[in-house]
Amino acid sequence: MNSSPDGTLLEIKNLKMYFPVQKGILRRKYADVKAVDDVSFTIKKGEILGLAGESGCGKTTVGRCILRVYRPTAGQIIFNGQDISSLPQRRLQPLRRKMQLIFQDPYGSLDPRQSAGSIVGEPLKVHNLCSTENEYQERVRELFTIVELDPEMTNRYPHEFSGGQRQRIGIARALACNPSFIVCDEPISALDVSIQAQIMNLLQELQESLGLTYLFIAHDLSVVRHISTRVAIMYLGHIVEITGWKELYENPLHPYTKALLSAVPIPDPFVEKKRERIILVGDVPSPLNPPAGCAFHPRCSLATDECRQSVPPLHVAAPDHEVACIKV
Amino acid sequence: MATLLQVNNLKTYFNTMAGVVKAVDGVSYHINEREILGLVGESGCGKSVSQLSVMQLIQTPPGQIIDGEVNFEGRDLLKFKADSTEMRSVRGGKIAMIFQEPMTSLNPVLTISQQMMEMLELHLKLDGEAARKRTVELIELVGIPDAKVRINDYPHQFSGGMRQRVMIAMALSCNPKLVIADEPTTAVDVTTQAQLLEVMTEMVNLFKTSLVIVTHNLGVVARHANRIYVMYAGRVVESGTAEEIFGDPRHPYTISLLKSVPRLDEPRRDKLTPILGMPPNLIDMAPVCAFRPRCAYHEQCNHEGMPDLKQISDGHYTRCHLDIKGEVK
Repeated sequence: MNSSPDGTLLEIKNLKMYFPVQKGILRRKYADVKAVDDVSFTIKKGEILGLAGESGCGKTTVGRCILRVYRPTAGQIIFNGQDISSLPQRRLQPLRRKMQLIFQDPYGSLDPRQSAGSIVGEPLKVHNLCSTENEYQERVRELFTIVELDPEMTNRYPHEFSGGQRQRIGIARALACNPSFIVCDEPISALDVSIQAQIMNLLQELQESLGLTYLFIAHDLSVVRHISTRVAIMYLGHIVEITGWKELYENPLHPYTKALLSAVPIPDPFVEKKRERIILVGDVPSPLNPPAGCAFHPRCSLATDECRQSVPPLHVAAPDHEVACIKV
Repeated sequence: MATLLQVNNLKTYFNTMAGVVKAVDGVSYHINEREILGLVGESGCGKSVSQLSVMQLIQTPPGQIIDGEVNFEGRDLLKFKADSTEMRSVRGGKIAMIFQEPMTSLNPVLTISQQMMEMLELHLKLDGEAARKRTVELIELVGIPDAKVRINDYPHQFSGGMRQRVMIAMALSCNPKLVIADEPTTAVDVTTQAQLLEVMTEMVNLFKTSLVIVTHNLGVVARHANRIYVMYAGRVVESGTAEEIFGDPRHPYTISLLKSVPRLDEPRRDKLTPILGMPPNLIDMAPVCAFRPRCAYHEQCNHEGMPDLKQISDGHYTRCHLDIKGEVK
């Protein structure tokens, strides 16, 4: 692999993804939904970057831009030293082998008319990774074993599996072509509580044994804390804070991060009753019409006139700790 | 505290092509006046069906309430037919419900005021002007700014959190004795969840009602619930005060569940401790301990059959053959 000397696998520079909103019979564009607005970060090889935020903050869009499901409006996506942000589809195909996606919904993301084995094996066929039928069958069985599914179940159909097993099929499919980078988009939020820990452990074990790099997208901050090396918090298309997991949870600086952390319920009445909660007022503004200046200022207790003037850039507030707030 | 609702041995079964699904299989619980009760369990454990049975909102067929008593204000509600005048006055009047997805439980083609006034006119026999006044009051109470104008909006003009506030206002509109909230915060974000839980507890105090919070999220009930029932596979497996359930859990399922979730307030662990296997299929369930195949303590247990609810202390019960004390921390 030709990754850069400092071990950076993926670098995002000033990524923007605007979705046009059209109106009238001429479908004239009258506004943009700024789903992702000037986002930059890097992921080192073997790292897990947790990307957290509330629904609509653009975290899934970031993941999809990286995989080039979308063609970004602006910015660079440098994967393994190559800018892929504007590559044509034809040249993306070989790259897709290296980057894969695990979906949130284990029901919607598996074709109900395909057997589990052929779902898992499809990437092998698409990328011509097996020369003989025997090799193909062997590999599919191996993948089933890796995700702790019985290889005898390759002929079954998705409806015969439980939610947790389906998610394992989705993971096996993502692993089929030996990727180096996987976007996990809310991989456990659709699962039962008692199943979530199984899938979390599996993802963690695979990351360690196969040396994978994850972008782990989730809204549950306790799950993100558990798995991540570094964590980025998004709000309305911007990254508001990014740092190592320990630093973020022990020393959060951005007022939004603080509020978000205090809102996560802890399953312990003794702790909960003593805990101070920061209850944010109002809702997340519409990304169609974001507030001027800092996107968080209408809900922020520290906000002053200054905050309404310009969008605060990410700045280094402590070693390896960047935050987008002029008050810290 | 006086008992408001006493449910005894409730059984709700569904007849399917594959067999009888015992969704709720002998569930007993009670709610005291002005109490917040948590009903916790994963999907398919019967927590919602047990609540819908109380309201007699089970679709028949395929569902059927086979057995049980729902004692409320000195009457057994199951003695009344689902479409009887008595049940109609209970539903929305004496007992109100808040559902998970406010968008599907609000009527999209009626304004908020039309929907709320309908209830007030029906149950409290208010006339138009009085009903409108009351609607504005309620909408203000749940923290929706500019209530006078907003009540003329349609549901789609509100955000998810605001819609759930409308649902809360609607549930409280007829001064019910009991509000059942079925996964009220599952469809919203954490910051909104915190807002909604605050609003709900405030309203419960203000209106002097009882509240049942049905949820799969242990964290949601830890802060607000007085007592908690944990359900698994159609049965109550443990019940007690919030302090007992979280501080001294006695059922292996409760213990494992508490251990399996990562917590923000404790050191990060290398690996989570998962519950092995998966929830059982409820079709034609045998009368045995449903958790046994997944139980971390099954090697110590050589009992056959279904364990009874066993008293640990006053009000703290567990459905387990063994005497287990869980080390949660």
